Amino acid sequence: MDLKTLTFVVVGLSFALYIGVAIWARAGSTSDFYVAGGGVHPVVNGMATAADWMSAASFISMAGLIAFLGYGGSVYLMGWTGGYVLLAVLLAPYLRKFGKFTVPQFIGDRYYSNGARLVAVICLIFISFTYVAGQMRGVGIVFSRFLEVDIVTGLLVGMGLVFFYAVLGGMKGVTYTQVAQYCVLIFAYMVPAIFISLNLTGNVFPQLGLGASVATGEPFLAKLDMVVHDLGFQEYTSGNKSMIDVIAITMALMAGTAGLPHVIVRFFTVPKVKDARSSAGWALVFISILYTTAPAVGAMARYNLHATMTPGVLTGETFAEGNGLSYESRPEWMKRWEATKLIKFEDKNGDGRIQYYNDKSKDAEFNAKVEAAGWKGNELTVDRDIMVLANPEIAKLPDWVIALVAAGGIAAALSTAAGLLLVISSAISHDLMKGILTPDLSEKSELLAGRLAAAVAVGVAGYLGYNPPGFVAQVVAFAFGLACASLFPTILLGIFSKTMNKEGAIAGMLSGLIFTFGYILYFKGIFITPMAENIPANWLFGISPEGIGTVGALLNMVVAFTVAKFTAPCPEHIQHLVEDIRTPRGAGAATH
Amino acid sequence: MTSPDKKSGEAYWKATLSLLTVILILWFVVSFGFGIILQPALDSIHLGGYPLGFWFAQQGSIYVFLILIFWYAARMNKIDREHDVHED
Repeated sequence: MDLKTLTFVVVGLSFALYIGVAIWARAGSTSDFYVAGGGVHPVVNGMATAADWMSAASFISMAGLIAFLGYGGSVYLMGWTGGYVLLAVLLAPYLRKFGKFTVPQFIGDRYYSNGARLVAVICLIFISFTYVAGQMRGVGIVFSRFLEVDIVTGLLVGMGLVFFYAVLGGMKGVTYTQVAQYCVLIFAYMVPAIFISLNLTGNVFPQLGLGASVATGEPFLAKLDMVVHDLGFQEYTSGNKSMIDVIAITMALMAGTAGLPHVIVRFFTVPKVKDARSSAGWALVFISILYTTAPAVGAMARYNLHATMTPGVLTGETFAEGNGLSYESRPEWMKRWEATKLIKFEDKNGDGRIQYYNDKSKDAEFNAKVEAAGWKGNELTVDRDIMVLANPEIAKLPDWVIALVAAGGIAAALSTAAGLLLVISSAISHDLMKGILTPDLSEKSELLAGRLAAAVAVGVAGYLGYNPPGFVAQVVAFAFGLACASLFPTILLGIFSKTMNKEGAIAGMLSGLIFTFGYILYFKGIFITPMAENIPANWLFGISPEGIGTVGALLNMVVAFTVAKFTAPCPEHIQHLVEDIRTPRGAGAATH
Repeated sequence: MTSPDKKSGEAYWKATLSLLTVILILWFVVSFGFGIILQPALDSIHLGGYPLGFWFAQQGSIYVFLILIFWYAARMNKIDREHDVHED
């Protein structure tokens, strides 16, 4: 069977599995639709949360980011896992005790204000749509590369599938399909990682392989440092960002993770407060299997890439005559990926060989050697996304592993997209319609409204996936920054401050949102041209747009406390509500 | 006069907050402390082939996060029972 047919079979089988699970677990009530009936076991919920959380970005892009950033990639590893500690100890158990369906509903009730609820709905919709656009794009890329169908067909198939199980099954269908998707994606991630670790270091566990030695007896990381240094790049194990920026980005990703509505809402589905606490731990167990493997995948993929392009670099003969890979004899995988334009070669010095190095190095000694060797600039551009997608091919793994990676990438994108679409639809049907506009909606009509909203959201997401507003990675930075600056502090204050009132919360949320939104727009200009160059000299306190959510969150809290001090105090019954959510006893199933 | 109920509620909340503080200090120390601020210094120590600061940033902090959450869940269950606010 050729690779394409095999990929169709593997992806087709995984789709059949999701559809089967979705039919078995379809929703019958609003409680099923919003919170899967509230009876999900904490370990199952942990697994579903992991699939919900690990998106196309985690599966496809993260290892590639780490491969090219080295130590600098740590912000994603710590940021996207450390957020679960915040979630477990600061938010999840209390929101579960509160026992309602949605995040805006908590904000609306706690701050006794439909205005606050509306602001929360706006934050939620903005965060979730930016995020979902990235997922649909991921589905499209995987389809077009592995199945060689055009991106529109890929998008339509992905939308159709998500529509089917999110609209029919609601949270219940999504929960159990996410469990299936987790299994597919983690298997697809681990198999190539284990093979590659075995090849390079002889260690089955990539986590240990990264700290082990290569065949010559040198520690792998020391060898990698040497390789990248000899090619003029920044050493792998050291960073090049300022410390304050690294701290701000890590914090923004952590608090952003804890403030993402589609993650929070997963903790509404477990039966007890106790389960919400342990479920966050289980989610992190399943997430860390991938997140502790990703650094090994990134580092080893980078190593293999250099070893392929510049074989002499392994023996210290970087500049030897005839060292670069001859373009004529380039490997099959490179030809295949050239078609997608994710890898490009331009023979600048006309010697028919690939010179892949850092031509922006400031090291005079290195530049002199480059000059002497007759290199005329870097000739290879590599998109970081192919570090995971082409990894099995670079490491010469069997075809079924390549097919598996395609299925895994699609699983990662679909599971996250479904979770996001659900929070969008529940924000519209439950918060906007039932909560604010038409409070006398019957349960049956609300369920219908939820399904319609999910259907519309799928359509919009597909459109955004086809016409992404700017570069996807920039848009995702938006989602985290906004979640960090708007929802996270507001929920946190709602639980830990009895005296925070509605005026303070609304003012805080709006200032965090507008500040962060404005700052990112100012430097990145998603819909407009950037107003200033995105360089450290222009940044506020040296903090990049990726990390500005941290400042936004602080601003949110300062404004909230200042406004609360000068406005009417929080009513007595709300203070009792806060006391009540702080103790676990009496947590019933989630209700309206 | 505060009712005994309210008093026990306050004691429960105090116990919760002190556990939270310990957890968050450890959370901060392993990630922002060892993984970022002290990373250049720790990198001179090696853990197998890993420079220690790099290991904390890309591996160690994640393992500690896991331990922290499960430890928190277990301690909170105990605090719940001690203050008689646990679920049935």
